[in-house]
Amino acid sequence: MSLFKTLAEKPWETKGVVGGLRPEGVFDSPNEKVTLNFFLVIASVVFSLFTVSYFIRMELPDWQPLSEPGQLWLNTGLLVLSSVFFQWARNIVSSGKQKNLTTAFVGGGVFAILFIAGQLMTWESLQGQGYYLTSNPANAFYYLLTGLHAVHLLGGLWVWSKSSMRLFAGAEAKDLKLSIELCTLYWHFLLIVWLALFAVLANT
Amino acid sequence: MAYVPLADQDKEMEMHHPHSWVEKYVFSQDHKVIAIQYGSIAVFTGIVGLALSILFRLQLGFPESVDFIDPNFYYQAVTMHGMIMVVYFLTALFLGGFGNYMIPLMCGARDMVFPFLNMLSVWTFLISIIILMASFFVGGGPTGAGWTLYPPQTAMEGTPGHDMGIILMLISLAVFIVATTMGGLNYAVTVLQYRCRGLTMMRLPLTVWGIFVATILALFAFPALLVAAIMMLFDTLLGTSFFMPAVIEAGTPLDHNGGSPILYQHLFWFFGHPEVYIVALPAFGLVSDVLSTHARKNIFGYRMMVWAIVAIGGLSFIVWAHHMYVSGMHPYFGFFFATTTLIIAVPTAMKVYNWVLTLWEGDIRLNAPMYFAIGFVFTFIHGGLTGLFLGNVVIDLPLSDTYFVIAHFHMVMGVSPILVLFAAIYHWFPLMSGKMYNETLAKWHFWLTFLGAYAIYLPMHYLGFLGVPRRYYVLGETDFIPASAQDLNASITIAAIFVAAAQILFFINIIWTLKNGKKAEKNPWGSASLEWQAPDLPPKHGNWGEDLPTVYRWAYDYSVPGAHQDFIPQNTPESEEPTVDEEHFDPDTDESKADV
Amino acid sequence: MALAVVIFLLVIGSIIFHFASPWWFTDIAADWGSIDFTINVTFWVTGIVFIATNLFLAYCVWKFRQKDGHKAVYEPENTKLEVGLSAFTTVGVIAMLAPGLFVWASFVNVPEEAGQIEVLASQWQWQYRYPGADGQLGTADVQLVSIDNPFGVNPEDPNGQDDVVVNDPVLHLPMGQPVQALLRSHDVLHNFTVAQFRVKMDLVPGLVSYLWFEPTREGTFDVLCEELCGIGHFIMRGAVVVEPQEEFDAWLATQPTFAETQAQSAPNVAAGQAAYAACASCHGQNGEGNQALNAPKLAGQQAWYVERQLNYFKQGVRGGEGDAEGAQMVAFANMLADDQAVRNVAAYIETLTDTPAEPTIMGDVDNGYDIYDRNCAACHLDDGAGTWYTDAPKLAGMSDWYFVTQIQKFRDGIRGLHPEDDYGEQMVSMATAMSGLEEIQDVAAYINTMR
Repeated sequence: MSLFKTLAEKPWETKGVVGGLRPEGVFDSPNEKVTLNFFLVIASVVFSLFTVSYFIRMELPDWQPLSEPGQLWLNTGLLVLSSVFFQWARNIVSSGKQKNLTTAFVGGGVFAILFIAGQLMTWESLQGQGYYLTSNPANAFYYLLTGLHAVHLLGGLWVWSKSSMRLFAGAEAKDLKLSIELCTLYWHFLLIVWLALFAVLANT
Repeated sequence: MAYVPLADQDKEMEMHHPHSWVEKYVFSQDHKVIAIQYGSIAVFTGIVGLALSILFRLQLGFPESVDFIDPNFYYQAVTMHGMIMVVYFLTALFLGGFGNYMIPLMCGARDMVFPFLNMLSVWTFLISIIILMASFFVGGGPTGAGWTLYPPQTAMEGTPGHDMGIILMLISLAVFIVATTMGGLNYAVTVLQYRCRGLTMMRLPLTVWGIFVATILALFAFPALLVAAIMMLFDTLLGTSFFMPAVIEAGTPLDHNGGSPILYQHLFWFFGHPEVYIVALPAFGLVSDVLSTHARKNIFGYRMMVWAIVAIGGLSFIVWAHHMYVSGMHPYFGFFFATTTLIIAVPTAMKVYNWVLTLWEGDIRLNAPMYFAIGFVFTFIHGGLTGLFLGNVVIDLPLSDTYFVIAHFHMVMGVSPILVLFAAIYHWFPLMSGKMYNETLAKWHFWLTFLGAYAIYLPMHYLGFLGVPRRYYVLGETDFIPASAQDLNASITIAAIFVAAAQILFFINIIWTLKNGKKAEKNPWGSASLEWQAPDLPPKHGNWGEDLPTVYRWAYDYSVPGAHQDFIPQNTPESEEPTVDEEHFDPDTDESKADV
Repeated sequence: MALAVVIFLLVIGSIIFHFASPWWFTDIAADWGSIDFTINVTFWVTGIVFIATNLFLAYCVWKFRQKDGHKAVYEPENTKLEVGLSAFTTVGVIAMLAPGLFVWASFVNVPEEAGQIEVLASQWQWQYRYPGADGQLGTADVQLVSIDNPFGVNPEDPNGQDDVVVNDPVLHLPMGQPVQALLRSHDVLHNFTVAQFRVKMDLVPGLVSYLWFEPTREGTFDVLCEELCGIGHFIMRGAVVVEPQEEFDAWLATQPTFAETQAQSAPNVAAGQAAYAACASCHGQNGEGNQALNAPKLAGQQAWYVERQLNYFKQGVRGGEGDAEGAQMVAFANMLADDQAVRNVAAYIETLTDTPAEPTIMGDVDNGYDIYDRNCAACHLDDGAGTWYTDAPKLAGMSDWYFVTQIQKFRDGIRGLHPEDDYGEQMVSMATAMSGLEEIQDVAAYINTMR
């Protein structure tokens, strides 16, 4: 559907049923997926606004860059693995199979949990080195952005845990298809967000 | 999978049919019940906001006349009035109330795409209201930092409610944003995915377009407020310095350094300006449909109206800093934002022209909803034109922070949207309740509200020209302000009390009608749009009975030449199109034949 | 029908209101006639559109109201008309915007010949700084602010030494000389507004904003704060005096430079003690006060406040008409020969042992707390200790009866309305916000609990 073509229509000129016998959906996807996509755009707006604030605040004289702990590379690896496992699970369900689905899907979540644990450890070590939340805006942004990202992951893990329960209870792959697809999409999104945040934090 | 099969929609509805009174009226998943719940909570909150305004108006008109209005209370009252009216009343009522009621009905859907999420949205909204109201009862009271909540003063000793009040305010806003997001996702996806057969986007009534675009704006603009609220909470509770610069509080330096109050203002207005249109666009949509129906004429320039809604929505994201011309931001921004701001006047003016041109050569039924709608056109012209003063950066220099600003934004996003609200409530009341309101009472309500509101805000512009500053507890001795300004202030207060009292007529009308009103006939206004074509009045849960409707035409087939009825409902197929009977048949004007 | 007539009448009424209105821009006193020009252009363009559109609206409502046998015309759109209207609107918008942008450019770009001054805002006072002989303002920092350096001027900066600091809300400006005001705030957002100058700008803590203007009319004009800055927003007032260059120069010469304020010798407490002997007859050896002689307790009061009040008595700002008790003080204050003597005695009083005064006023403490906490604490602090920063004297442990009589004097306009009493005027506004004696006594009773 072309937006401009739609907007140029003269609706009073055509009468009768247009678009065949089906109701008109703009997007060729299930509603849940459309909604999740919308939500991801909103979440991107939130992260973008924080990032813009970060850059504006950075210009002010009291900013002292934070040296990010090397452990973040390890954490990033964990989150990548998490996404890979989710993609694996997604591939399994879309090919209609069931084998290894539990391993892939549950594994993805477990790596995400490890990622969050890793993030908490970086917090601890930064605190240990005296990089407190209030001592500099660079630190405050670090805690804020990583925390916000982790909160989004926790939200995803809540949905993941419900689907995992169903998987353990013996649900079939086709019943969980949508749920697994949505989780995978969400995880990829959070991986991209994390990579972007990491790039910003590490390069400033 | 390009669509949700009809059967699926039906199956889903089956699952959510209520089984008890509680499920039907309290934890209901029916969009119509949720709409009423949203609306009632918003109206209740709005009454609190109105009462606050009367109290501080008393102080302004008749200083020291009311004992308990001290400076502290005054600042709390103006702050809470502003925040309540803009966010918790207008936004919630237009999106949560009318959005919820109208979207599924006008889209020919059984309900929203996610009824459970919809229910969650209204309950989350209620929680945000409870938190907001709680701030009246905590130590120090609600925040008095002005509804814009500018740091650093929000958290400082000299500001009322600087401890608990501001924290509750920020939390309440964050919760409200969660509620709006849950609702907004529902509204947007419903419009996009749940329209019935034959209902293309361009066949939608403007009400849906207005609410739809406003919802998109809300989804993208509220995050900015959320970001600002989170960072301010960090500053206030955890001692960070996102927004807090080094400042002195009552002689003692605070433990903050380097933060940027202007950054907050950018974030706030990046939300705050689209917010104006989050309120205005649904009003534009609703009023278009009321005008068209009662003028018995199609809305003039439908495409232009849709384009204008979309254009205004888009432009609203690049004009925000016109609220900040005198904020101390880099003055070069003034050139850009003055230009974008005045550009937005063009699509807005087109809307006004098209409303008036809709009346041109119409057959205007002057029913109460039409009174309010025409009243809106008048006040909106007034409010829109004064916006050209404030948008033009140099004129903002003398006028900003004066009563002119107050008069302008109340005219444009207070009086005007509220007139539309009343137009819409009267217009759709028969649909929502199945009863017909009392016309005489409604007209009295109109005259008092409309004339009273003009008596409040026209003179207020002149206080602004004079240079009377806003947010002053008393005017005090000021050489350039003549004593007559105080008399004018007193007359404004009297008008305000009149207008507030006039709203009692509205509530009497509603309550009396609900109890004793006569039953409304089906589609009493002869409206062509889909919501009036539901089989039951008011529509039952699931809206459409056995089968979903099919749409064959746009929503504005009024007074179509050749048709013997002056409206053709959207779900009337061409073959059943009522045509003139033989003796009046005029082959020259018969277009229905040509279509076949 | 009625609606069409009413809309018509509202249009006519608005026009009449406009022409009959005595409320319009105050006479301009700066070289910003171009702003007024832009306003007039916008006013006439929008005014004509307002009249034309609404009259057309009224005409439509009247002409096309429902009539039997009448049928509306079916007209989905009219591209020609809509394009024409868009073009017409665009032209109107450009006509308003273009002059606006040109004038804004001249506001943004400060002319080179403009002199600089600094306007400093703090809750809830205005203060001003002039660059001195070198024409340059010294750097300043909020971290350096203290009672001795209220501007936070950097003492290391040579440019700052000759800066003239005016610790007073009245700004003086020479006539016809363009001036750039650099704006600084020590606490919250404020806004420097002089209605006659047409321009205004926020003062933002952490940065320096500016505006410029050229005074073109002599006179005294109000300075108002127009950005909500807390509970004292409406009492944050100052004045600007535009005067001929010679008068301005003469005035400026009487003001101290920053270096002079820093070089001031420490007050001589011993001399102050000697001078206090005259005070002791009423206020008591230990400054404990004596209600029978209408002498309030002094011990514990902050020196800056005692000093300011003694000067007020000397200058006739306090103790004038209607203030019999204050009049008694005038003679005593005049016994202090010069500023140094005043400072000495104030310094001595600050050394006296502070024993809280005995309560003499009863009242509803809870209600008093409510009022105090909401309205008074912002300046006088939660513990009633007061602070120089908000020009608020100590209240806790001081004579409660004196508090009551003074609040009443503020309410009755006996104290605080003298044109020189810039700080007392603020208290008049706050005192009149109280409902009456009962509330005052409640507050006094609460203050008595803060000892």
